[in-house]
Amino acid sequence: MNYNWDWGVFFKSTGIGDEIYLDWFLAGLGWTIALALSAWIIALLLGSLLGVLRTVPNRWASGIATTYVEIFRNVPLLVQLFLWYFLVPDLLPEPLELWFKQDLNPATSAYLSVVVCLGLFTAARVCEQVRTGIQALPKGQAAAARAMGFTLPQIYRYVLLPQAFRIIIPPLTSEFLNIFKNSAVASLIGLMELLAQTKQTAEFSANLFEAFTLATLIYFVLNMSLMLFMRGVEKKVAVPGLMSVGGK
Amino acid sequence: MDFSAIPAALPSLLEGMLLTLQLLVFGVAGGVALGTVLAMMRLAHAPLLSNLAGLYVNYFRSIPLLLVITWFYFAVPFILRGITGEDTPVGAFTSCLVAFVMFEAAYFCEIVRAGIQSIPKGQMAAAQALGMTYGQCMRLVILPLAFRKMTPLLLQQSIILFQDTSLVYSVGLMDFLNSARSRGDIIGQPHEFLIFAGLVYFVLSFSASLLVKRLQKRLTV
Repeated sequence: MNYNWDWGVFFKSTGIGDEIYLDWFLAGLGWTIALALSAWIIALLLGSLLGVLRTVPNRWASGIATTYVEIFRNVPLLVQLFLWYFLVPDLLPEPLELWFKQDLNPATSAYLSVVVCLGLFTAARVCEQVRTGIQALPKGQAAAARAMGFTLPQIYRYVLLPQAFRIIIPPLTSEFLNIFKNSAVASLIGLMELLAQTKQTAEFSANLFEAFTLATLIYFVLNMSLMLFMRGVEKKVAVPGLMSVGGK
Repeated sequence: MDFSAIPAALPSLLEGMLLTLQLLVFGVAGGVALGTVLAMMRLAHAPLLSNLAGLYVNYFRSIPLLLVITWFYFAVPFILRGITGEDTPVGAFTSCLVAFVMFEAAYFCEIVRAGIQSIPKGQMAAAQALGMTYGQCMRLVILPLAFRKMTPLLLQQSIILFQDTSLVYSVGLMDFLNSARSRGDIIGQPHEFLIFAGLVYFVLSFSASLLVKRLQKRLTV
């Protein structure tokens, strides 16, 4: 194989200014983290709201939430991203549309589209987890709260949600990790996040194996550290007396 | 919105859909086969085998599919040249398929492993008592039972793969999404074609998941 291995490539100049390739990776990682965290805020808030709606004793509320989940789960992420990035700006009222297309710099408008897209996409998944968490609680919890005179919002606020969130931390963690991985689609609308920077490095330096290996390592380490962090959170907030506390 | 151009474009969209379905069918077949091997490795008593399989699964589950697709697109021709010593042209289709099989195998492995672990130990013991070798036990007793149990999960994962095939857009392969995009651009109605593509994906995966749910009800004992 006539391939020039060079693991020092990351410290070489890119030929643009005095940047080295490692700077590109760091900038890309920054975008990836920014995308994932902002999208996660939307996903968590909207997902929890929808999850509650799905379990509320009201046909309309649960119908709306169910429809939302089915739509957002059955259309590929990439199609959703294209809809948000190419179609939705055209449907905005004129001043907003001009602002989005002309005043914002391209990175910002792409960033906004990806955040909205990933946030709403993941909200459907978070909704399902929240619903499962609420439904996994013994029926007596809600009944007891009602017997004590709690209103429906109070039942959710003080009894159901605090318990549900604590038992669904493992599946929520995997959704949280997924949002980091899914943010790679941003590279397809020209946002220079980690994957896009990797591709660019591979093309500029011709050291594609090194570039992709580093990207893989970054994703791997990111994934592992987030997982450890969430495991810590899980232990800290575990509901005393349940099987899951402290593993076996 | 003017959807009148879509009927005329249907033949080329259908071609894209065929490519999508090819990726899906071969991806699922290869992924389940490799995933089953990985699952048996993970459950093997030899620590080397189970650690190797565990590493494989953790590795692929912590990186984005899009990264795998892009990497393989660049790397497969290189690797093949390293093996055969000459330029072997491989299309984007092959490298994408390899990426899907290797990536999905990690997910299928976990499903198959859970399936095998859900079979009561007595089945294995009984098969061994009848004088079957390990391979026979697995092939004739454990795996058929396990596969029946996990069919719904495997199908659900396949629906996810069906949606994920749209990511081949990144390497320019003309799958359903990409052919809809390019048709729409040529005709000058990108929005209509995009909406149509989204609708088709939705109808297909939604009805597939309804069928899976029904199957799940029938299979539960």
